[in-house]
Amino acid sequence: MGRHLDTQKPKKGPGRKSRKQKDPAIPYRIKELEAQDKTSLDPARTFGRRAKKRAAKRQAKAEAILAGKSERKNKKNADRKSEQINGDSASAASEKKRPRAEDFFDETTESGNAEDEDDADAQSSVSESDMPVAALRKDNDGQYVQDGMTLDEADEEDDVDMPDDEFVGTDAEPSNNTKAYADGVPDDSEENAEKFTFPEGEADGDAHRPAELAAVDHRIQEILLVLADFANKREPGRKRKEYLSLLLKDLCVYYGYNDFLMEKFIQLFPLPEIREFLEANEVHRPMTIRTNLLKTRRRDLAQALINRGVNLDPLGEWTKVGLVVYDSQVPLGATPEYLAGHYILQGASSLLPVMALAPQENEKILDMCAAPGGKTTHIAALMRNTGIIYANEPNNNRTKAVVGNCHRMGVTNTIVCALDGRKLRKNNQLFDRVLLDAPCSGTGVISKDPSVKTSKDEKDILKRSHLQKELILAAIDSVDAKSKAGGVLVYSTCSVLVEENEWVVDYALKKRDVVVIDSGLSFGNEGFNRFREHRFSPSLKLARRFYPHEHNLDGFFVCKLKKRSNKILQPDNDDEGEAESTTSESGPTDPNTSGDVKMMDGDFEFEINTEEDDTDDDDDITYMLADVQPAAEDESEAQTTSVGENEITALEVAPASTGKSRKKSKT
Amino acid sequence: MRPLTDAETKDFFEKLSKYIGSNIQRLIERSDGLYCFRLHNDRVFYCSEYHLKQASVISRENLVSFGTCFGKFTKSGKFRLHITALDFLAPYATYRVLLKPNAEQQFLYGHNISVSGIHRISDNTPKYAGIIVYSVGEVALGFGVAAKSSHEIRHTDPIATGIFHQADIGEYIRQESTLI
Repeated sequence: MGRHLDTQKPKKGPGRKSRKQKDPAIPYRIKELEAQDKTSLDPARTFGRRAKKRAAKRQAKAEAILAGKSERKNKKNADRKSEQINGDSASAASEKKRPRAEDFFDETTESGNAEDEDDADAQSSVSESDMPVAALRKDNDGQYVQDGMTLDEADEEDDVDMPDDEFVGTDAEPSNNTKAYADGVPDDSEENAEKFTFPEGEADGDAHRPAELAAVDHRIQEILLVLADFANKREPGRKRKEYLSLLLKDLCVYYGYNDFLMEKFIQLFPLPEIREFLEANEVHRPMTIRTNLLKTRRRDLAQALINRGVNLDPLGEWTKVGLVVYDSQVPLGATPEYLAGHYILQGASSLLPVMALAPQENEKILDMCAAPGGKTTHIAALMRNTGIIYANEPNNNRTKAVVGNCHRMGVTNTIVCALDGRKLRKNNQLFDRVLLDAPCSGTGVISKDPSVKTSKDEKDILKRSHLQKELILAAIDSVDAKSKAGGVLVYSTCSVLVEENEWVVDYALKKRDVVVIDSGLSFGNEGFNRFREHRFSPSLKLARRFYPHEHNLDGFFVCKLKKRSNKILQPDNDDEGEAESTTSESGPTDPNTSGDVKMMDGDFEFEINTEEDDTDDDDDITYMLADVQPAAEDESEAQTTSVGENEITALEVAPASTGKSRKKSKT
Repeated sequence: MRPLTDAETKDFFEKLSKYIGSNIQRLIERSDGLYCFRLHNDRVFYCSEYHLKQASVISRENLVSFGTCFGKFTKSGKFRLHITALDFLAPYATYRVLLKPNAEQQFLYGHNISVSGIHRISDNTPKYAGIIVYSVGEVALGFGVAAKSSHEIRHTDPIATGIFHQADIGEYIRQESTLI
């Protein structure tokens, strides 16, 4: 029949067609290690972290048992020996016998394997990390000990469900071996607790190399994890401050900030958010444009731009004029629609202060820092070219931008002037609404201007803050408290620092008769009413903060104030030295002594600091000091937007005090 | 700021009438009040009387612009019309021209337009008349001067200049600093 008659050889092994990958060629070193720990689990099998943990635990148990056994053995030996020598069976005496070389030897042979296994484990696990390389040391017992980790302590680590738990320091349970070489602890006693080591005096230059940046990044993550669960994961003996300072340095290196600014951000943002904020600062916000309603409608503009090859979408629910541009085939700043004034390139966050201002037709409006004119033209569009806008820009070089934009967008009701904002009040002009988009340090727009990362200093911030305070007072003085529009001031900055935002508004609340009112913006974080050691008026919660990582807008702060009367609450020249001292008397004071906490809801009692006339500064205008008025009257005044009656009836100066302001509480 | 003198007014109105003919009266007497021209830093501004009063509060060195700037008087006394006046002159234009898309780009860069770039031109355009230049979509692009009358344009070769460039909206980017 066939070839095979009866005997058919059984097929052996894999068939001809099956291909099998050869076993890996194990390097010599690992072979050694394998040979060493034949008795234990193969380390190659326990590369998983959980598995390693379990293995470690098993080791610990095994060790403990061995240690217990050896102890008993020692005792037994000791007892036997003592019996032989002393002839007593006093076990107490035998325990104090000096450890004999044999006992020692026994210990090492029995648990020595365990030690080595742990070593191997430790080695393999640590080598996976990017930690700065820690050398192996031989300690007193001739055992290899990894820097920065006690073997037993690693064994006893808590079973925490964290991905990086192997870097976690744990409470060391005393065991024989620890004690054995605890005496010989190396120089850096701090480093024995956890795998996360504090670097020993790294040279600063090293950390800037790209390869090291990855290490820095990793370290940042670890520190953040430690700080998140500080009680459990800290190194004993290390304070939180040390972790924080190391984190600060690492963040500075990784993102390229100077220490001052990074510290400010760490104070401002909770630790889970700080990285998101910094990452958001590396990336540009999406490009947005604002439709000019004087010339076109958003729908028509969108259509025209789409025809040109621009990919865009409406910006959001909260605006009817914004468009966000994803990409564009033509330069957006040079399309015929742009040249015809149909839109302007503007950041989305710049729409917010004008929305808060809510200008109506036929009003008189002041924009104190107008360049480049985006907000001015927005105001004009909302007013439909009625009324009048004063667009002030103190920098002569930038007024051209304002004029250019106004003309291009077809704005006709604007007067552009180049006055110093602080001197505006000398014109004796009063406005229905004022917009103060104050010059700031730009910490909210780092994505647009990365030079802010390194150029800001304590002095800069304080100087800015000082200027902003002067400007806000000038702005308040230019608002007509009796206007039908309500006497509104909107203060906004493109900064996230408290010194430039809440502090300035709080200052204004103390010095002038203004209140914070709701800005009308439907989203955004609340302003701070307290921050570290500062305490501000609680009404500051109505202010709004915007962050790049939360809202995808530039960092922004908007606060809407309403002027209730032309009273001066404190004279302006109290705080000349403010730029130098951080804790001047005009800084935020504790609530007990500040008398000007004004609440919006009705039942307030106000205290007026009255002052003689001649302590005013060199302004030409003499402010009329009002008589202390009954609270009810002012309440009704505040509620009606149109102030009919003249509240300041008598020029009555309070009895002269000794030059200092004193408070007078109203009964 | 001060009102224009007679001589200045004459020059200015002459220039305007090149583009809008006799409609200058419509610029001054408007439905929402009286408007006027004022001179400030050699520039002619156009605004309502209400604005005038407000703007006069500000001292001369601090005042930069008010209302709309129509143009400026050069050092030699001639009046030069700026692109910023386009919004006011376009509604009253006497002669208009529509450009083809290619020519539109050229015009926005400040070049003259050849005859081939003209899509449509008003009839009876005399030679050297002031015209308002539009794109095909009826978006005003700027001012120009007809190099040839509309009669002649039909018979000239396409390469010849049809419109001399005077002002265009591209100047908002190209000459932002000199506009004001």
